[in-house]
Amino acid sequence: MDLNTLWFILIGVLFSGFFLLEGFDYGVGILLPFVGKQDEERRLAINAIGPFWDGNEVWMLTAGGALFAAFPHWYATLFSGFYLALVLMLFALIVRGVAFEFRSQLAASRWRTTWDTLLFIGSLVPALLWGVAVGNLVRGVPIDAQMNFTGNLLTLLNPFALLAGVLFVLLFSLHGALFLSLKTTGPVLERAQQIAARLWLPTLLVAAGWILWTFAAGGIKVVALLAAVIAAVALAAVRLWAGQRAGRAFLLTSVTIVSATVMVFAMLFPNVMISTTNPAWSLTIYTAASSPYTLRVMTIVAVIFVPIVLLYQVWTYRVFRQRLTAGDLHY
Amino acid sequence: MEVLTLARWQFAITTVYHFFFVPLTLGLSILVAIMETLYVRTGNELYKQMTRFWGKLFIINFVMGVVTGIVQEFQFGMNWSEYARFMGDIFGAPLAIEALLAFYLESTFLGVWIFGWQKLSRGLHLAAIWLVAIASNLSALWILIANSFMHQPVGYVIRNGRAEMADFLALVTNPHVLLQYPHVLFSGVATAAFFVLGISAYHLLKKSSPALFERSFRLAAVYGLIGSLMVMGFGHLQGQHMMKTQPAKMAAAEALWETEQPAAFSVVAWIDEQQQTNPFALRIPGVVSFLAYNNFSARVEGLKELQARYEQQYGPDDYIPPVILNFWGFRLMVGAGTLMALLAAVALFFLFFRKQLPASWLLRLLPFAIALPYLANTFGWILTETGRQPWIVVGLQKIQDAVSPNVTAGSLLVSLIGFTLLYGALMVVDLYLLARAAKAGPAPESAGAH
Repeated sequence: MDLNTLWFILIGVLFSGFFLLEGFDYGVGILLPFVGKQDEERRLAINAIGPFWDGNEVWMLTAGGALFAAFPHWYATLFSGFYLALVLMLFALIVRGVAFEFRSQLAASRWRTTWDTLLFIGSLVPALLWGVAVGNLVRGVPIDAQMNFTGNLLTLLNPFALLAGVLFVLLFSLHGALFLSLKTTGPVLERAQQIAARLWLPTLLVAAGWILWTFAAGGIKVVALLAAVIAAVALAAVRLWAGQRAGRAFLLTSVTIVSATVMVFAMLFPNVMISTTNPAWSLTIYTAASSPYTLRVMTIVAVIFVPIVLLYQVWTYRVFRQRLTAGDLHY
Repeated sequence: MEVLTLARWQFAITTVYHFFFVPLTLGLSILVAIMETLYVRTGNELYKQMTRFWGKLFIINFVMGVVTGIVQEFQFGMNWSEYARFMGDIFGAPLAIEALLAFYLESTFLGVWIFGWQKLSRGLHLAAIWLVAIASNLSALWILIANSFMHQPVGYVIRNGRAEMADFLALVTNPHVLLQYPHVLFSGVATAAFFVLGISAYHLLKKSSPALFERSFRLAAVYGLIGSLMVMGFGHLQGQHMMKTQPAKMAAAEALWETEQPAAFSVVAWIDEQQQTNPFALRIPGVVSFLAYNNFSARVEGLKELQARYEQQYGPDDYIPPVILNFWGFRLMVGAGTLMALLAAVALFFLFFRKQLPASWLLRLLPFAIALPYLANTFGWILTETGRQPWIVVGLQKIQDAVSPNVTAGSLLVSLIGFTLLYGALMVVDLYLLARAAKAGPAPESAGAH
């Protein structure tokens, strides 16, 4: 396997980690108005992801940085092409991030409900837009011979990509509901369980629909098909454990998210940005890549540090593994 | 307005804004870690209270740095895609390494630190804040390694129509970053020191929690003197270095149009950029020669000569950076830095020679002095970045060749207005929360409260 393929896989790993981890904290943000009727309940839900959300977000930053380092043309084409969608997402991520820290600084209920609403919007919008982005990556977008995107915002808002956006919102919400089922107690726990049960079927249907559409439009690739089957089976099996065995159910949505990401990357390979204008203008893991020297340097760095990051992040999940009760409302 | 202008404004606004929050994170993380170290070593509850109080302000500031930092990482691709294509082989690596080595560590262990007071042993909890401090300052190193390449390209070859990395070690030991990094590091130290001095002075005047704020004050006064002296020292070395590598930046900072031997220092000047002269200037002979070369009679190239030389080397263009901005920005930075060193020295004089708290005039002054490091930091960056014009990477790529060709002026206008409004509103909220928490003082110590 050459370094270009290795880095394509590594980018896939980083996006899998990002969707897997930030998926549940986006989900908790989206469910906030539904699981928390009162201030203390919402705070409990927020505290369930409190120690993790910032570390989870770094997965996105690292994926972006790795894209820049290993495939600068992918980074340049994607980020300049999806400009307005990214601007919107950045606005959402900014208000979301500060909402975590600012909401509890004042006791006034209007202050808190305002930030909680912003946290909801700030979680919903990036979930939706990442889905739209992924949809467009799989489907392809108009790209010219100079590797530049030639469409506009409306080009990105096609039905296929929008359905992917809806899927992301549903899947992350389900994932978040299961995380809350795992980490909370009391009314928040009960509502999270109910929501998970209700979300399961629509999520499964949309997922199945989107996967079928993907293969109908993009052809069948063996690895992608295998990943899609695993994703679908895992998602279907969530029903078995969504009630009492939240840990297993959460593990299953995790498998779904990772497999779905693998499927998307397998559909892309060896392209990284598909041109619908002219297939010859698609960016590939070779035409978009950095020099072999840079890829070698980055490989050494990644081989050393990715395992270290994984170790200490796993450790933090162990430290904060207990369920939160009404007594855990500090901060 | 044209796309290039809008893109430059957006980069300037978002970057300057981001750097309002970064220096305090850099410096205060270390100071809070020192406070907690004192707590763990002495067991004195006062240090724990200090850690909690300054830690709370640290967090309010920290999150603003984080969320505005996301924009920083994305906008090289969004607005400067031609730059990303041309420079990505070199510039992307330090950014990715920054995320992998520093951001993960910083964010993960800040979460552990905030929520871990009850769950971790004292030693582990202390380790968490030290990891945050180390990681924050490590992230600054990597982003400055990337930035330094733009000022002094090293370890590269031009191949396949772009700049490619040829020597990673040369990139990370760029002479530019070896001076720039300590300069930025100590500017963070000085910023945090004046933040703590100002707030402590406010409370000392009001006699609220005097024990806590006196200790904070002492700690910060020492920290502030070290920080401002070091920042000036490294700044001076940087200036000398840039005389060799970016003479136009320094000539602009001194408004030196004509080549002079010896070159005089203008304390103030009325600058006419159109006519390329200074109709009035208060000048001290030989001082620029000395500052640049430790020699009062050295020859210093002026902007006109540099312009002629660069035209010959790179073809016709305007190679003169904005002179008024750099001249006054430089003076504001140096002036603020000098004032900070003086204030810290006077505060220490009271504490160690008079063995008493500083006189009330000084305490009344210090809350306003919190603005000084922010002024210096901002104008320092404006000098660094605008002094590089017209280049985005000195000698390799010009700004106008770096902008995204497919992002329309309309899109840019939407994002520019959006960022400005959002950032403006958040600044109001953040300052309000910081001021409120600062004035409220330490919370009464109750189990688990944070």
